[in-house]
Amino acid sequence: MSSRRELDWTAEEMMTVAAARALHDGAVCFVGIGLPSTAANLARRLHAPRLVLVYESGTIGAKPEYLPLSIGDGILAETADAVVGVVETFNYWLQPGRIDIGFLAGAQLDRFANINTTVIGESYGKPRVRLPGAGGAPEIAASCREVLIVMRQSPRTFVERVEFVTSVGYGKGGDDRERHGFIGTGPKTVITDIGILEPGAETRELWLTSLHPGVTLEEAQAATGWNLVASPGLERTPPPTALELSTLRELEQTKAGQSAAAVS
Amino acid sequence: MAPLDVAIAAVVQDGDTIALEGFTHLIPFAAAHEIIRQRRRNLTLVRMTPDLIYDQLIGMGCARRLVFSWGGNPGVGSLHRFRDAVEHGWPVPLALEEHSHAGMANRYAAGASGLPFAVLRGYAGSDLIGETDSIRSIACPFTGEILAAVSALNPDVAVIHAQQADAQGNVQLWGISGVQKEAVLSARRALVTVEEVVDRLEPRPGSVVLPAWAIDYVSVVGNGSHPSYAHGYSERDNEFYVAWDAISRDRETFQQWMEAHVLAA
Repeated sequence: MSSRRELDWTAEEMMTVAAARALHDGAVCFVGIGLPSTAANLARRLHAPRLVLVYESGTIGAKPEYLPLSIGDGILAETADAVVGVVETFNYWLQPGRIDIGFLAGAQLDRFANINTTVIGESYGKPRVRLPGAGGAPEIAASCREVLIVMRQSPRTFVERVEFVTSVGYGKGGDDRERHGFIGTGPKTVITDIGILEPGAETRELWLTSLHPGVTLEEAQAATGWNLVASPGLERTPPPTALELSTLRELEQTKAGQSAAAVS
Repeated sequence: MAPLDVAIAAVVQDGDTIALEGFTHLIPFAAAHEIIRQRRRNLTLVRMTPDLIYDQLIGMGCARRLVFSWGGNPGVGSLHRFRDAVEHGWPVPLALEEHSHAGMANRYAAGASGLPFAVLRGYAGSDLIGETDSIRSIACPFTGEILAAVSALNPDVAVIHAQQADAQGNVQLWGISGVQKEAVLSARRALVTVEEVVDRLEPRPGSVVLPAWAIDYVSVVGNGSHPSYAHGYSERDNEFYVAWDAISRDRETFQQWMEAHVLAA
């Protein structure tokens, strides 16, 4: 493969690589399925071999050799340090604040990093789109020391105010989160296919702190449903390295559910 | 011990509240298919993750109410029959009682403990509080801290799948163990389907053992959790989970599939 092709990447790959970089070695990470799981497993193969992956199926310290399709694939239990029941997972491991990073995806996110995974539409009882629901997210968002969110950015998904608050980020902004008395400090970083957003110190409104290569500020603003502000020190995300890309592509090829026949 | 059709007929009646548990692993699909064949109606379905198993029961018109915390096809996308029931009332309207995983797990634990409710740090700031009557708040009697309270779950019936039973009907399951122990101990009646009967249950790391006297029926159903799986016996059929998206998206395709693979079985 030529070096030119090695530097060719998609926005989705940039997002996954940027998310993996945000996970430091040795951290204990509560991982949702989908993009978070891919990024966490990428980090484990790159700079964070001692990253502890906790899936809500109760597999603590899972070290899957391939990407699981679900949080309950057998490979997670086979490679885990401990396998515990769901009551124990949430009550003993998550609730007291033992987890460093809660790694979430969402269907809809607002300017104060509140997440909606419940319904799209005005009415809960008569939704336009019924989404899967909360899962573990409300308590993950509350009780992990910090929260990392990874999701694709568009005006439809990055909205001024979510139609339903499933999991709380910074509520109405400012010190609104504090009134709930959560153990965790809330969303620290939102990584998208366009750039990286972080909450401002006072307002807690998400502003743009880094743009991925090839994306302009205008494009980032056009992909956002609120008036997205760039931070004064707006950075440019370093492009994926050849190693990051090749490792990610190898990992993606192992995704469970793609049959051996389809891969070969 | 009894054949599956006899056991289902004995434990599941129209209008019952039933919990078919198994957190991604050991989902009792064969038992659900028997409930569908027996054409039970007006069921309240309780499950943390409705998964394909409740998508099928909902699409076949068995349910009028769903108590749950995450209703998607894991790693794939939507549960289309669940969505169709909520968004369009097809084939019958479906009422929802919606929680988070932590809340559901604690509700089972309270039910298994014979307590009326459970206490947790949860739901704070979530709009779920306003939609779900079984979420309230309570002040800690020692510190005054405000905590979430969720009412106990005590289903009429719990159904789970396990790897093994012995001849006396004691049951052992291992691997991802979910909330099956809590579901069985919270329910008035319990049915366990098993992969096989063995002479003696050999202790396994992290296993859950349920003594025979805590269970009403054991039925032997090999591969009874497919397309979910039984750790040590089968692999999760991820290809089927992916394929279900197209099968379930369209009402007619779904009905034809259920006719051919469940009703005719």
